[in-house]
Amino acid sequence: MPRPASTPGQIALAAFIAIFLLAFLVVPVATVIHVAFTEKGTGSFTLINFADFLRTELFIRSFWNSVYVASMAVVLASAFALPLAALTTRFVFPGAALIQTLGFLPLIMPPFVGAVAMQLLFGRNGSINLLLDDGLGFKIPFMEGLNGVIFVQAVHYFPFILINLSAALRNIDRAMEEAAQNLGSSGFRLFRRIVFPLAMPGYLAGASLVFVKVFDDLATPLLLNVKDMLAPQAYLRVTSIGIADPMGYVISVVLIVVSVGAMWLSALAMKDRDYATVQRGGGGLARRKLRPGESALAYGVVLLILFLVLAPHVGLLLLSFATIWSFAPLPDAYTTAHYARVLGESSIYIKNTLIYAALAGTIDVVFGVAIAYLVLRTRLVGRHVLDWAAMAALAIPGLVLGIGYLRSYYAVQLPDGTPLATFWIMIVVALAIRRLPYALRACYAALQQISIALEEAAENLGATRSRTLRRIVMPLMTGGIVAGFVTSFSTAAVELSATLMLVQSNADAPLAYGLYVFMQSAAGRGPGAALGVIAVALVAICTLASHVLIERSQRSKGAAS
Amino acid sequence: MIIRRTLVITLATLALSSTVALSQAPSGKVTVVTSFAKDVTDPIKKAFEKATPGVTLDVQNRNTNAGVKFLEETRANNQVDLFWASAPDAFEVLKGKKLLQAYKVKAVGIPEKVGAYPINDRDGFYFGFAASGYGIMWNERYARANRLPDPREWQDLTKPVFHDHVSIAAPSRSGTTHLTIEAILQGEGWEKGWRVVKEMAGNFRQITERSFGVPEAVNSGQVGVGIVIDFFAFSAQASGFPVKFVYPSVTTIVPANIGIVASAPNRAGAEAFVEFLLSPTGQEVLLEPSIRRLPVNPAVYAKAPADYPNPFTDARLGSLLPFDAELSETRTAVVDTLFDQLISFQLDALKAATKSIQDVEAALAKKDNAAARKLIADARDLIAAMPIDAAGAAAAETRGAFTGAKEKGARQAEFEQQWASFARERYAQAKQKADEAAKLAR
Repeated sequence: MPRPASTPGQIALAAFIAIFLLAFLVVPVATVIHVAFTEKGTGSFTLINFADFLRTELFIRSFWNSVYVASMAVVLASAFALPLAALTTRFVFPGAALIQTLGFLPLIMPPFVGAVAMQLLFGRNGSINLLLDDGLGFKIPFMEGLNGVIFVQAVHYFPFILINLSAALRNIDRAMEEAAQNLGSSGFRLFRRIVFPLAMPGYLAGASLVFVKVFDDLATPLLLNVKDMLAPQAYLRVTSIGIADPMGYVISVVLIVVSVGAMWLSALAMKDRDYATVQRGGGGLARRKLRPGESALAYGVVLLILFLVLAPHVGLLLLSFATIWSFAPLPDAYTTAHYARVLGESSIYIKNTLIYAALAGTIDVVFGVAIAYLVLRTRLVGRHVLDWAAMAALAIPGLVLGIGYLRSYYAVQLPDGTPLATFWIMIVVALAIRRLPYALRACYAALQQISIALEEAAENLGATRSRTLRRIVMPLMTGGIVAGFVTSFSTAAVELSATLMLVQSNADAPLAYGLYVFMQSAAGRGPGAALGVIAVALVAICTLASHVLIERSQRSKGAAS
Repeated sequence: MIIRRTLVITLATLALSSTVALSQAPSGKVTVVTSFAKDVTDPIKKAFEKATPGVTLDVQNRNTNAGVKFLEETRANNQVDLFWASAPDAFEVLKGKKLLQAYKVKAVGIPEKVGAYPINDRDGFYFGFAASGYGIMWNERYARANRLPDPREWQDLTKPVFHDHVSIAAPSRSGTTHLTIEAILQGEGWEKGWRVVKEMAGNFRQITERSFGVPEAVNSGQVGVGIVIDFFAFSAQASGFPVKFVYPSVTTIVPANIGIVASAPNRAGAEAFVEFLLSPTGQEVLLEPSIRRLPVNPAVYAKAPADYPNPFTDARLGSLLPFDAELSETRTAVVDTLFDQLISFQLDALKAATKSIQDVEAALAKKDNAAARKLIADARDLIAAMPIDAAGAAAAETRGAFTGAKEKGARQAEFEQQWASFARERYAQAKQKADEAAKLAR
């Protein structure tokens, strides 16, 4: 497909993004992880630390464990996401919007308290196992070892697949399906051969995010006390007091390389294939009515999945009303005292969280659209580097980013003399960088599904490139942009690791920090859970609102034109 | 928001300039970085602000590691007045990096030592404000359901009945757990001490990376028994959780500390807070149910509830072993890394070998067999074997590998790989011997 040569505007855009990534991702991280390449004692360049990595049985074991867990988590997450996505987009399904909203809730799992809630339900002595043991005399090890990590990660991250796949399915042109039906294809064959392949960009965007995220995630393995995986190994080394060992940073480098490699592989899988369809406005796939029997089955499947993936939130809700909950299927008694305690002091946290997450989410979709456009629609040299650099953010532990910011920007002073690193905007930038990959993948997948012929048509009719972008490309990408904003916004709202390093005072602190402060003592567990419930509710409401708002503006635009 | 922010900044600048003007009267904002929970800091903040009008305490919560890193990274333009945390080793690190400044405390009535541990840093860089001891905490409901006896001593936790029921924080992550392990090593000697630690570890359910992970798991009944610092158990009891706690006879009472950060912006305020914390009023706040720490001023115990442990009078807590802080300091990193490499990262193998040994011993108790006994003794020795002796652990060249020393030398990664394979081989051999013994004992 012939592509127009790059214009000055594109070059300026690319340069701006490159400078942003350089200033707030590459340089700060480099100031921290360059230790991986220096020799002990002399400080000169060396690769000996990587040789040490390969020689260490623990690291090799951790590496393969991480690969295994990440792959299996993708499989399990797909099993959760596929039925939900297919049923809600392909069939007339009352409650589809609700299911979609509930389906992304697992992504918002407040730190610490979410894990406590999960242990209380699924743990060795959680509600389910206590009941099973009482009634049937056996337990199911949901949360043990690597399989436990896979289970929890799949529950936590399957919304990535759900959101991106649903957006992709809605984008498929009905004409494709009708053509296949006319040629005699139907049922599962139709889904397998036509519908699913056309939604592939969305699925791959979600699946690769799940893989990389699980590969790089340290919170869940640590909460389940699984230490022989790569990300926890890096974290444990980077953060132990007084140990000045380069291996933590060596592992960080390995994480970055694997993550970028995985993204590259998924890009390779899509290469030389065209997922774009030309015709628009058909309103996506035809929705079929379910027969009563099918309907019952479908609801059964949906409810089972929702029960499983929302159980942590139910646990969280119970915990926030519980007096004492210890070694019992349900709390001993209930109270609203925890909410009374947090409501007074949490309004500042709530306000900060909304501002930070909304700003970060907006920055992310703007950059996500821009990078996707540059990669897919221009021939700029080195455009892929932007994509990979942005994705590498997934692999960088938040703590490393936080330390890098302090190191790079603490000496820079604002006019009033306070360090730039302690300015609240830096928290927003850190959140935006950490969540950019989510928005980027969503926007990228959305743009992949749009045929360039539409843009060419607009330009042939005399529209300028920016007008084409504004009036043709962006509206067609809306689904992907919303998906990207929602994931970035909602996950930024509960992010802790980088913020813990950058928060300078209670007045600047987001909810996750408030949660952390509560969750360090026995008496703080209830209030912490209450704050967690508030966070989840808040993000859910905002997400629903942004869905509604954008859909409404779409509709009014459609009516006007 | 912007307007309010500017206002705050202006106020802070004003406050700052006024402190410079009258450096003696504390005023303005005192910034403290702490690892303590809100439940601990809130009552103290309230009492301090009441006792010192015109001063506000700004509490920044960070875990100990992040706090140390933060002070290190921001030293060029330090905005923090105080560092306030449990682990003495974090303060040692800060002192070593010259991030603390010395101060002479005026408060009276605080003895030199609690148990065997000096309350204050000998050079006056940090001060103990509350004592805590390590011990064993357990969940009563869990214990009843699993028929666990009440533990009294560390050795009790090596018994087969506790297999897979015990939890601990990794000493490399928790300064206070580190001191517990060190106390066992000093109390029992290097070889014997590690033997006890590894026999206990064979029963571990999990090794958490946060100190609070252990009491959290015990409180919610996910794990039966936890090796924790006392106030975690006391404050859990005060909140109503069905947990109990005991101090074993080999433990060490350690002070939790506060120190003034080097070039603190509000030095007068920082000093005022230290003095408040060590005054009788400040010490009494520690008795509150949500805090429950042991004051370092013995006179304050007069106001404590009847069953409150008192390290200054309690015979059990008073007769504790002497603790050689200097020895502990020289080998901190080595002990932590040994624990990680021999125990944390080999836990499955260690547990499997231990379980086999415990099963054979149970069989032998019913029907004895001398050959099997010999094999089991060998297996236990294999598990207890150490890749490095006490002298080697404290040797300069070993230490140099862990401290990021400037001179060239062995790398930490090399030691780690050596020690890990040492342990892995021996745990496998021990399992093999135990399996052989199992055939004989059948």
